[in-house]
Amino acid sequence: MAQQPADPGRRRFLTVTTAVVGGVGVVAAAVPFLSAWKPSARAVAAGAPVIIDISRLKVGSQQIVQWRKRPVWVVRRTPDLLGALAGETDRLKDPGSDMIDQQPNYAKNEYRSLRPDVLVLVGSCTHLGCSPKYHPEMQPAAWDEQWKGGFFCPCHNSKFDMAGRVYQGSPAPTNLVVPPYHFVDDNTIVVGVDPVQEVA
Amino acid sequence: MAGERTSTATGLLGWVDQRLPVVDFWNKHVGEYYAPKNFNVWYYFGSLAMLMLVNQIVTGIWLTMHYKPSETEAFASVEYIMRDVPWGWLIRYMHSTGASFFFIVVYLHMFRGLIYGSYQKPRELIWVLGMLIFLTLMAEAFLGYVLPWGQMSFWGAQVIVSLFGAIPMIGPGLVEWIQGDFLPSDATLNRFFALHVIAMPLAILLLVVLHLAALHEVGSNNPDGVEIKKKKDAAGKPLDGIPFHPYYTVKDLFGAGVLLVLFAAVIFFEPTFGGLFLEHDNFIEANPLVTPEHIKPVWYFTPYYAMLRAIPDKLFGVVVMGAAVMIMFLLPWLDRSPVRSIRYRGPLTKAAVAIFVVSFVGLAWLGSQPGSILQTLMAQILTAVYFLFFLAMPFFTAIDKVQPVPERVTMHD
Repeated sequence: MAQQPADPGRRRFLTVTTAVVGGVGVVAAAVPFLSAWKPSARAVAAGAPVIIDISRLKVGSQQIVQWRKRPVWVVRRTPDLLGALAGETDRLKDPGSDMIDQQPNYAKNEYRSLRPDVLVLVGSCTHLGCSPKYHPEMQPAAWDEQWKGGFFCPCHNSKFDMAGRVYQGSPAPTNLVVPPYHFVDDNTIVVGVDPVQEVA
Repeated sequence: MAGERTSTATGLLGWVDQRLPVVDFWNKHVGEYYAPKNFNVWYYFGSLAMLMLVNQIVTGIWLTMHYKPSETEAFASVEYIMRDVPWGWLIRYMHSTGASFFFIVVYLHMFRGLIYGSYQKPRELIWVLGMLIFLTLMAEAFLGYVLPWGQMSFWGAQVIVSLFGAIPMIGPGLVEWIQGDFLPSDATLNRFFALHVIAMPLAILLLVVLHLAALHEVGSNNPDGVEIKKKKDAAGKPLDGIPFHPYYTVKDLFGAGVLLVLFAAVIFFEPTFGGLFLEHDNFIEANPLVTPEHIKPVWYFTPYYAMLRAIPDKLFGVVVMGAAVMIMFLLPWLDRSPVRSIRYRGPLTKAAVAIFVVSFVGLAWLGSQPGSILQTLMAQILTAVYFLFFLAMPFFTAIDKVQPVPERVTMHD
């Protein structure tokens, strides 16, 4: 090849285009590596709805089932516990459940449930995901002199009332999550699917 | 390029040296690396950290020969190592106790840097690289703690991964991406294993090489904070320097002996260290439906955990905890003192360092406690003190009365 004078413009163009094309290639190659971290098809399939039979759940008791590997609580609240929900709303961060994404529309009510007596919640603290403990006793507790029943998280002391609403002063920022669910009959709940007539 | 460079070595070493500069390398980093002659006990911890790193790598390789990184088998495989694998209990305890000893040594190493101003110009990059090692080491320790898949492993993973959920907008999706599932699970355990045994150790090794390369470029600091390169003899060697080998190799061997005696004592007589090195709840298999009554991290993370818990707001708590580690990166630029060593600094700095130590140890203790109302208040105060130490440093170091620094190192004999 004959000796030719260097052409800096051409050289720069080639350097830049090579870098750009190479960069696009690197980004494209990163996609499969990053996507491989997402939940696999098997994990997604395992997140299917669950059916809960609550025929043996006593009034005032809690039943824990697993949905998407999280604890889901079903509680049959006593009239006393339901009555206490109306009081003390000024101590709550979000008494009206106004924060979206914390519950489906059909659970955005005074009791945060489809049926007043039956409470369905995802039992993971909205702070850092610990599972709060069920404390239905309506008497002064170590963490709250005016305890009216609810859930207390032993990890970082977040407090929730009997509708899963977070008390002020708790590290948890939001109310406990109400999962999508519906009743098939009086004693059968399906967690993971909205009611047919009401798509949230 | 054989033949172009003449080697002083002969024979096989000479043959190799002409093709690979091993003699140069040895001389630059060991044989003719001149270190100040006044190193005291604080200067053991750098080499001891390397010793612990080697211990973790060797015992770690052996553990992977029997460990199963799966949700259903992990817990049982650790018990299998402890009971059925010949000497498995020793190798496992060397690894778990080694992690705690690694952090003891690293914290003391960092404190040495703090009191002798080892991060000051021209050693800023050594400090920054060291901080990166610390950060990677924290990740490595956390990932490793998840592997036995006990209750604390699971719930620790749940809490730490949830920290990323505090990031606005992308938080929840990011958590799922990190876990590879809706909760910490088989996918999480498996990838944490990959990161713990391959990715993080590689990163740590690389950072250690850079840390040492940067150190050997500018030379070691010393308890007097005197620059030994300023006074050299006729041959160009620092008057107050001695070759690393044999002087400090022998000294460090003695330190290694002392550390290994303590290490062995803990491994043989108190490997869980009363629940500090291996927590009681971690001897129960992971159960996503039952949270232990009292979740706490291992002792070396408790200062930061105390801060996280003291802040009654999720995002702000996470930010404060992160900032507590990140602010240490800035140390070389926060310190405005013309003097390096605490020996020649004034009462303000000495008092500030003492208060900082109290706040750090206090937070470490609070982080291991259940967190009553009084304890939360104490943690809030100490968190403020912790940050005040760094934020006020440009002022108290600038106005503090310093003593004259000697021309050459002082020897204590």
